[in-house]
Amino acid sequence: MSTVAAVLSNAHIERSASHTVAIYIKEAKYEFLKSIRLRVYTLSVIGFPLMFYVLFGLVLNAKESFGGTSVPTYLIATYGTFGVMGASLFGTASGLAADRGLGWLQVKRASPMPPFAYFFAKVILSMIYSAAVVALLLVLGISFGGVHLSILEMTKLVAILLAGSLPFSAMGLAIGYFAGPNSAPAVINLFYLPLSFCSGLWIPYMFLPKLVRQVALGLPPYHLAQLALGTVGAGRHEPSLTHWEVLFAFTLICFGIARIGFQRDQGKLYG
Amino acid sequence: MAHAIASWQDTPMFSRVPGAVASLEGVSKSYGEICALQNLSFSLGVGQVLALLGPNGAGKTTAVKLLLGLIQPDSGKARVFGADPTNPRSRMRAGAMLQVGRVPETLRVREHIELFSSYYFAPLPVREVLSVAGLEKVADRKFGDLSGGQRQRTLFALAICGDPDLLFLDEPTVGLDVEARRALWDGIRQLVERGKSVLLTTHYLQEADALADRIAVINQGSIIAEGTPAEIKAQTGGKKIRCETSIDLTTLLRIPGVIDARQNREAVEIKAREAELVVRTLLARDPSLSGLEITSAGLEEAFLALVQDNNEAHAAV
Repeated sequence: MSTVAAVLSNAHIERSASHTVAIYIKEAKYEFLKSIRLRVYTLSVIGFPLMFYVLFGLVLNAKESFGGTSVPTYLIATYGTFGVMGASLFGTASGLAADRGLGWLQVKRASPMPPFAYFFAKVILSMIYSAAVVALLLVLGISFGGVHLSILEMTKLVAILLAGSLPFSAMGLAIGYFAGPNSAPAVINLFYLPLSFCSGLWIPYMFLPKLVRQVALGLPPYHLAQLALGTVGAGRHEPSLTHWEVLFAFTLICFGIARIGFQRDQGKLYG
Repeated sequence: MAHAIASWQDTPMFSRVPGAVASLEGVSKSYGEICALQNLSFSLGVGQVLALLGPNGAGKTTAVKLLLGLIQPDSGKARVFGADPTNPRSRMRAGAMLQVGRVPETLRVREHIELFSSYYFAPLPVREVLSVAGLEKVADRKFGDLSGGQRQRTLFALAICGDPDLLFLDEPTVGLDVEARRALWDGIRQLVERGKSVLLTTHYLQEADALADRIAVINQGSIIAEGTPAEIKAQTGGKKIRCETSIDLTTLLRIPGVIDARQNREAVEIKAREAELVVRTLLARDPSLSGLEITSAGLEEAFLALVQDNNEAHAAV
């Protein structure tokens, strides 16, 4: 009987803090390896915004400017926002929807993995891809578009856009908890593309129709783009605090929705 | 150690044993209008293999998910190592092999195992996990490049890599060929020899017969029979007689001692309490009888009979 008692005792099981940190890092490492080996995914998430930038900022309009900022410079901020938003949405939502719908997330949840390690890994992945997009946009702009930015401006731009990946990672988690594994990419695009257009990420804000310009003021990507444009001197001179507040509130709302999805997620496995 | 286990196996298993490694106590669970489990109770003792045997949709996977803390019961309790299944400490001592539709395909077998091993307190060396699961040759292959059998063995490796004291295997050999199935059974037996407790769900009767110390037959959310494989088989006793004969079915059914008779392509299959009486009558009446085989009613017969009776009882209500 003492053998049985020994088997049943849980007292000796304890995970140290450093062990937990190691798990988080490992989870992020394998999430990255997993994604980078998906060549089509990597190329499209990073390549899509670059393609748009090359076409609209370098091939066409390269010599023009909007109110003092050259087009190539202006578009780095807006396509940077577009790229970060896409990297964050696709980095979280489609993987989460598929893992949930097809049972892999259940295998992870049944294991001793700390639940937040999974989300942490996806957020880090989104940030890495976001950083890659912004860095490559800068390389292209500086090399071929005559973009001149100081080190400080570039650092601020990268930092703001990386911070901006968080609200859209949160949005991705919210979508991922409610979309089915097959419909997730379509659902993501249903939000991603209209939001991008209406926030002035493709056609710059000042050229949008009046009604759309009013709608944009309530859209998170508009606010992130404005912050990014601010670093290159092309913002609309609105108080940046407003922009941060909108993004912060949006992040909280999305986390709230994701949490509802997390709690209700007790076994529906299709859709 | 052996003494403790021997006395354990003598105790009636499905009483509320306080020292059970895992148990469901009076658990009910519904998904909307579908009632998956009704007031279900069973427990698994230390070092035992319990097979939950039942047709598809009987509630086996639901029972496993409750014990893994993936879902909560509507009523009743699930207990693992004396604690709630969602307790992280319980999870650190358990491993699970579930039926999944997707596993990240771009990660290599070794990488999957390394990641899962990192979750545990005292995992097995990766080398040993690969060996027990028979994956040494494909350790560096990406999951997407594996065959069906290799994929199942990888999921098995993920279940055992943490050296768990309690193992949940949900339909572990579905879709495997005979050789792969046997290989996995050997892996499971190796673990059982080391004193692990195993809860196995399956609809392959052979598998339950081959691996389990005790079987709980589950149908439509309730346990309809429980006991050792021998006890379950004894519940529907009798013999099965197979032969090719010119005697027609209606006449066969009237032979004394015959419980049931059925045509199976060119032969007839007769169920009888005692084979000798029936066989004597058959041989006397049909000198041209051929292909005579007499076998014990196996687990399959017992199982089908139990489930059929249970379904009829349900229908009658």
